[in-house]
Amino acid sequence: MTELTLLNALFSWAALAFRLPLFPEQASANAPRVDALYFFMLAVCGGVSIAIVLLIFYFAVKYRRRAPDQLAEEAHVPIALEWAWIIIPSLFFLSFFAWGALVYFEDAKAPKDALEIACTGRQWMWKFQHPDGQREINTLHIPIGKPIKLVMVSEDVIHSMFVPAFRIHMDVIPKRYTEVWFEATKPGTYHMFCSQYCGTEHANMIGSVVALEPHEYQAWLNGAATGSLALRGEGLFNKLACNGCHTGDAEARGPYLPGLYGRNVQLTTGEVIVADENYIRESIIKPGAKIAAGYDNIMPGYDGQLTEEQIIELVAYIKHLGKKYDQFEPVAPPTAPAPRPAGQNPDQTLPTGNVKPSATPPATPSEATSPRPAPEGARPKAN
Amino acid sequence: MIEENVSLPRIHYLNSHYGWKSWLFTTDHKRIGLLYMISITLMFFLGGFFALLIRLELLTPQADMFNADTYNKFFTLHGVILVFFFLVPSIPATLGNFLIPLMIGAKDVAFPKLNLLSWYIYAIGSLFTLWVVAVGGVDTGWTFYTPYSTTFANTHVIAATLGVFFTGFSSILTGLNFIVTIHKMRAPGLTWFRLPLFIWSLYATSIIQVLATPVLGITMVLIAVERFARVGIFDPALGGDPVLFQHMFWFYSHPAVYIMILPSLGVVSELISAFTWKRVFGYKFVAVSSLMIAIFSFIVWGHHMYVSSMSIYAGMLFSILSYLVAVPSAVKVFNWTATLYKGSVSYDTPMLYALGFIGLFTIGGLTGLFLASMGLDRHLHDTYFVIAHFHLIMVGGAVMGYFGGLHYWWPKMFGRMYPEWWGRLSALIVFVGFNLSFFPQFIIGYLGMPRRYHVYAPEFQVLNVMSTAGSSILGVGYLLPLVYFIWSLRYGKVASNPWMAKGLEWEAASPPLPENFLEQPVVTEEAYNYPIRPAQPTRHTGRLTSGLAQPADTTGKGREAEVV
Amino acid sequence: MSNAHSPIAHHFYTVEQQKEAATIGMWLFLATEILLFGALFTAYAVYRQKFPDAFMVASSRMDWKMGGLNTLFLIISSVTMVFAVSAAEKGRRGGLLGFLAATGFFGTLFLVVKYFEYKHHYHDQDVPGLNFHWAGAPEFANGAQMFFFLYFFMTGLHALHMVVGLGLLIWIFITAYQGKYSPEYYNPVEMFGLYWHFVDLVWIFLFPLLYLLGAHLPPGGGGHH
Repeated sequence: MTELTLLNALFSWAALAFRLPLFPEQASANAPRVDALYFFMLAVCGGVSIAIVLLIFYFAVKYRRRAPDQLAEEAHVPIALEWAWIIIPSLFFLSFFAWGALVYFEDAKAPKDALEIACTGRQWMWKFQHPDGQREINTLHIPIGKPIKLVMVSEDVIHSMFVPAFRIHMDVIPKRYTEVWFEATKPGTYHMFCSQYCGTEHANMIGSVVALEPHEYQAWLNGAATGSLALRGEGLFNKLACNGCHTGDAEARGPYLPGLYGRNVQLTTGEVIVADENYIRESIIKPGAKIAAGYDNIMPGYDGQLTEEQIIELVAYIKHLGKKYDQFEPVAPPTAPAPRPAGQNPDQTLPTGNVKPSATPPATPSEATSPRPAPEGARPKAN
Repeated sequence: MIEENVSLPRIHYLNSHYGWKSWLFTTDHKRIGLLYMISITLMFFLGGFFALLIRLELLTPQADMFNADTYNKFFTLHGVILVFFFLVPSIPATLGNFLIPLMIGAKDVAFPKLNLLSWYIYAIGSLFTLWVVAVGGVDTGWTFYTPYSTTFANTHVIAATLGVFFTGFSSILTGLNFIVTIHKMRAPGLTWFRLPLFIWSLYATSIIQVLATPVLGITMVLIAVERFARVGIFDPALGGDPVLFQHMFWFYSHPAVYIMILPSLGVVSELISAFTWKRVFGYKFVAVSSLMIAIFSFIVWGHHMYVSSMSIYAGMLFSILSYLVAVPSAVKVFNWTATLYKGSVSYDTPMLYALGFIGLFTIGGLTGLFLASMGLDRHLHDTYFVIAHFHLIMVGGAVMGYFGGLHYWWPKMFGRMYPEWWGRLSALIVFVGFNLSFFPQFIIGYLGMPRRYHVYAPEFQVLNVMSTAGSSILGVGYLLPLVYFIWSLRYGKVASNPWMAKGLEWEAASPPLPENFLEQPVVTEEAYNYPIRPAQPTRHTGRLTSGLAQPADTTGKGREAEVV
Repeated sequence: MSNAHSPIAHHFYTVEQQKEAATIGMWLFLATEILLFGALFTAYAVYRQKFPDAFMVASSRMDWKMGGLNTLFLIISSVTMVFAVSAAEKGRRGGLLGFLAATGFFGTLFLVVKYFEYKHHYHDQDVPGLNFHWAGAPEFANGAQMFFFLYFFMTGLHALHMVVGLGLLIWIFITAYQGKYSPEYYNPVEMFGLYWHFVDLVWIFLFPLLYLLGAHLPPGGGGHH
């Protein structure tokens, strides 16, 4: 394994020296195993390629046609060579197969104690539900050092969950559960992609996995978010049950928020406006002022019920939902996991207990019906 | 290349009949080959144009040239056009059509009318596709994955699938024709193990065309019917299984990869032999390896679906079979390399393409092993690593082989030489541009950039810029031959067999007579029977015999114009 | 040779070469046909495994007597086709014409029966994409629709092959009437025979899979007759 580590070091050096990433971060327990196989195959196949190319060069130069009528020379090449280059590559191929199957096999089944998180893919967003009911869109908070199992299903077309830093990949299929599991080893924010072409905004079906220290994850679960504005806004969004209507579903009663910020919005009046901070703010405190086309004026206004700080947090969260890579502002893991003592600021304190967002009215039908993807019509993975 | 002092035969297949009817109603395999060549050249540049637009958009991480919809249509059309309308028919329908009867000493293919019909069917399929391009495109990806293609896409999926359906039947008829031709039309004395390796590889290709394509055809019809009638054969909402589509699609489309690459492997075998003046080393192994590839190609389709909820045991089976199919490919590479040993290696344009091909095909094949590995595919699936891998095979392999073959047989087809200096230059440009385009994509892929993304994370940009730069160079490399080939039709130096290559096709006139040979040739020797000088410590002792300098002309009339 | 021009095409050297080429070509064509139908049989297998009960219930809405009658027609037509080829081989033009006509007759009968079956299904709202309505147990609705889709698609493709076959048969009949065939040259008759037998054979597989699967159940399958 030392030579593999050496190669690894070489790659990291190259990445640093030329500011050119060559190699994705290793942030899961399974990543080093995949990379070890990768480097082994890279060494063997790279060696063979170089050997063949050099040999071709050598022969082509050495045996070049020096006179226009120079004939080929009689060559005695033992036919045993044929069998050698059938059998030896086959053995290498078999070793590739065995190692690859082993890597796959080891990680095929999630451990029994894995933390199960439900994941629903739809055009063009990722939705997650934690066991305690917390919901997230396009961001997944997980603890490190604990196996996480994603139980995934799609609401429309086939998507594919891909987290390069974890070296995992699994299709998300309508009406059928698929699973993938991983154990994050390093706190940080990592790309999450949809890698199966799923329609127009396929390239924007992206998100991030936020790997947290276990106690930070616990704090996040409890809503004691001390991190970025967006993270606090997310807690607030859940607490106020905004996610009850802004579910992101096609039949949802509230508009689709991811990607809203900065986009043109057509209003019921026919007017088209740009969804900037002021529009978002106004839509929170006076929702009836400008209604997006196709929606009813049913949202309660929050004028006077939220502090300016809270509105800022909510706006930050909604902006974060629409992130593009260039405005990508990772939800930083909280650095100081000191939960605020309850009651310090009763108006602003986010729920510290295990309060589920849906506990606050108004609960909506879609909220009530699908905490987990509906099992009917779906069947266990079988093929 | 040698300087020849020859002139064109008085009557040949190009000037025997005139008028558009003599082309559109021809049953001459050579003319049909040229009809195909013109059609696929149009499709090649159309598909290549879309590739350039894709690469331009990917210059920056943002969507600044095209919006998502437009980009999605571009990559779909790029794939559909280049896979189904260029790569699949490329070598078989042009070089194969032209050369098979010549190489086996026949007057034509077994079913000349069917041959013409297959071109018309191809043309109908192309018209469907061009219509799709004209009216607004299709955005499903060339893979047409369900249920996106059947239920969710709002583009011209039905017309696109019908286009693929038609071109598929054209491909079936071509394959069927070739199999029968190779079985029944060989000249006396031309036994199986005397056949040129190009024939072997096209025979293997034809088997795949005949047996795999019907499944694609019916699958495309099922998609069209499902969209049209809203029945749910692949729609999970109605009880259908979208993964079944993937099985049916890849049952064709994996073997189809070998439809595209096997003919190139055959071309390269011809080139290596012709430009070393030497018999291909391990002829029988190379010949049989083509058949092995064809057979194994049918049982590896599942390696496209490791992460599509397939059972791991099925995955393991497909994985090990995928490694097995790599063995015959490796055998070919080793044998070509061994052929160079003690050969008389010349660096004419076709040989430059062939040598480039070997390197790129080797790397393309070996990176396929990464993807055949279940453990690695779980990371690499649907990333740019896959894109780079199959472009090495399809472009670095199949297209390079096609270009090499075109240059090699150009004097045979038209009796005139292209400008050699420009040929070598374009080969070099193609090689450099190709490597710059696709090598960065391996790294982008391992870093985790998924395919079919028009916006991407900023850290991938440097490599994407390199790739885009390479694609522009590659475009120049492809345009050059278009220009000088057309130029050469009129101004090229008259040539007959400038390579002094062996093979029945070189014993016919250049350009060949309407019925190829005046009398049926009789074959008395194996393929590539070049004269060899005995192994000696000193060089330059063996000289070309007069027998090779003036190739035996069994027709006796091949160069009748010389005496005129 | 009874006709003026030679039956050997210009690019062949001998009659045998031409005949063997045609035979190999025909068998290859049939191989592609097997793969074409094979994909559909695969789909059938997958969905029958997914909806075993629904397929059986839906199949009980088939009229196995009509299907059986059609099976009989096709078997008879295959037999008459064998006699037609045999007559051509022996140079008996009258026999050839007669048996070809018989083959065409039974083939046409098949299509007539098929027409009435389709009409009946249309009336019963069994046609997916057109008017499918499942009045039976709701849990069978998806499976039944899948069954009927496969039924119409597979038998439709088969019927298309029958129509093409009858067209070819008319052409063979006319050329036979003109006396183009002889014991030395009756290739097209023999090749057409292969095609005809193949199309019959596909039906032999379709019949039990589609008609007999639910024949033991009371007809209707919870439908709304």
